[in-house]
Amino acid sequence: MTESNYDEIMQLLCDRLSGLTNTDAQITPETNMISQLSIDSIKLLNLIMEIEDTFDVSIPINALTDIHTVRELADLVHKIKSAS
Amino acid sequence: MNLLEKLDAAAAARKSLLPNGVGAFGIPIEEVYSATEARIGDRRVLLLGTNNYLGLTFAPECIRAAHEAIDKEGTGTTGSRMANGSYFGHRALEREFADFYQCSSGIVFTTGYQANLGTISGLVGPGDTVLIDGDSHASIYDGCVLSGADIIRFKHNDMVDMEKRLRRLGDRVETTLIIAEGIYSMLGDQAPLAEIVKLKNAYNCILLLDEAHSLGVLGETGQGLVEKTGLLKEVDFITGTFSKSLCSIGGFCVSNHPQLEQLRYISHPYIFTASPSPATIASTRAALVLLSKGSDLRKQLWSNCTQLYSQLEETGYLLGPDPGPVIAAILDTPQQALQLWQSLLEHNIYVNLILPPAAPEGKSLVRCSVNAAHTTEQIKYVGDTFSKLYNMI
Repeated sequence: MTESNYDEIMQLLCDRLSGLTNTDAQITPETNMISQLSIDSIKLLNLIMEIEDTFDVSIPINALTDIHTVRELADLVHKIKSAS
Repeated sequence: MNLLEKLDAAAAARKSLLPNGVGAFGIPIEEVYSATEARIGDRRVLLLGTNNYLGLTFAPECIRAAHEAIDKEGTGTTGSRMANGSYFGHRALEREFADFYQCSSGIVFTTGYQANLGTISGLVGPGDTVLIDGDSHASIYDGCVLSGADIIRFKHNDMVDMEKRLRRLGDRVETTLIIAEGIYSMLGDQAPLAEIVKLKNAYNCILLLDEAHSLGVLGETGQGLVEKTGLLKEVDFITGTFSKSLCSIGGFCVSNHPQLEQLRYISHPYIFTASPSPATIASTRAALVLLSKGSDLRKQLWSNCTQLYSQLEETGYLLGPDPGPVIAAILDTPQQALQLWQSLLEHNIYVNLILPPAAPEGKSLVRCSVNAAHTTEQIKYVGDTFSKLYNMI
């Protein structure tokens, strides 16, 4: 998995999160998905399923426990994709 | 934000959904008159917000059995079965559940919630995988979290999606537990069990089916979806609750796998809790007899379900895909759902209000639970009232 793949993951996350929220706020890697974007748990879980399909990986939802920011989620996806 | 401020924030969010102090959640019920009527405030209301599917809450056989058990064994067991021992009733009910499902063994839990928590956390652990339906009940999610296993969701009742996720697991399917429900509590739809079994066998996984809402409702003797589909022998573990068709409180797991017995020694939700009271066990045993012989009750229940589902559908309400005892009107916004819920209460009908994120797909639900004790006239009144209120929303 290359750096460009990481950028692809980050871009996808920012795009999808933007679509899921009604805010005009800029979504950056440091954006907190829960406190700043008010993404509810079901929307986040559905987003994870979409990411799984896009990158053909399995992302256990229990791995999300320590994930707060977009960067942390991108790191997790990148790590799982690299190991697959 | 400190711990208490976080709770204040959650309370504020809840209040913003329920203006004017509307107490839609945990509504005070002052008196219960029967399986279908109670008093809320100064209103005598029709109960369509309970899970009393066979209408057995006042069955004389169950009440008598509970009274006798209290007289003989007292009000409570005062501790866990591991420490305080298993009463005759606990063991008898486990045997009766195993026999009812033609299984070799059964375990009784103190609540239905704990039945899922205890079974799932006993069957899987860190390094294993659970593959669960996206609309699974909270007890399934919580059981999975407690287990420490990796949790993968598939789209609700979508078998193409489920297979895709099974395939991705590769060799890990060997230690994967698939979990589905006989009837899903939000929309009242049923799992495509034949297709799930096919995939379970193809990938050589273990399957757990929660029959909480389908016990007493589906199948000739009320076993649930396993009986309706003729797939009893294909399901590895069946869990369920006493708090719906059996009208008490508790839960169970049955299986033909002898390893089920090991759960008694490793499952914390079984070990570290007080065992069900003698009265609870006794009324459940009596109710299980009525349930298994209750084909007339099921016939009446399904007649009531079809009557209400058809009328709501004809009126124009968007409903869950399958007619059944759980009939949910699906609404676009929480405000619409709240308005309908309040108006129904003003017409002396109590139903459940379900708001996001508890409801699927960001929708809101006004959910009716039909039971066998509802009269045709009561069901007609509920249907007519829904029709009258349709244009309001």
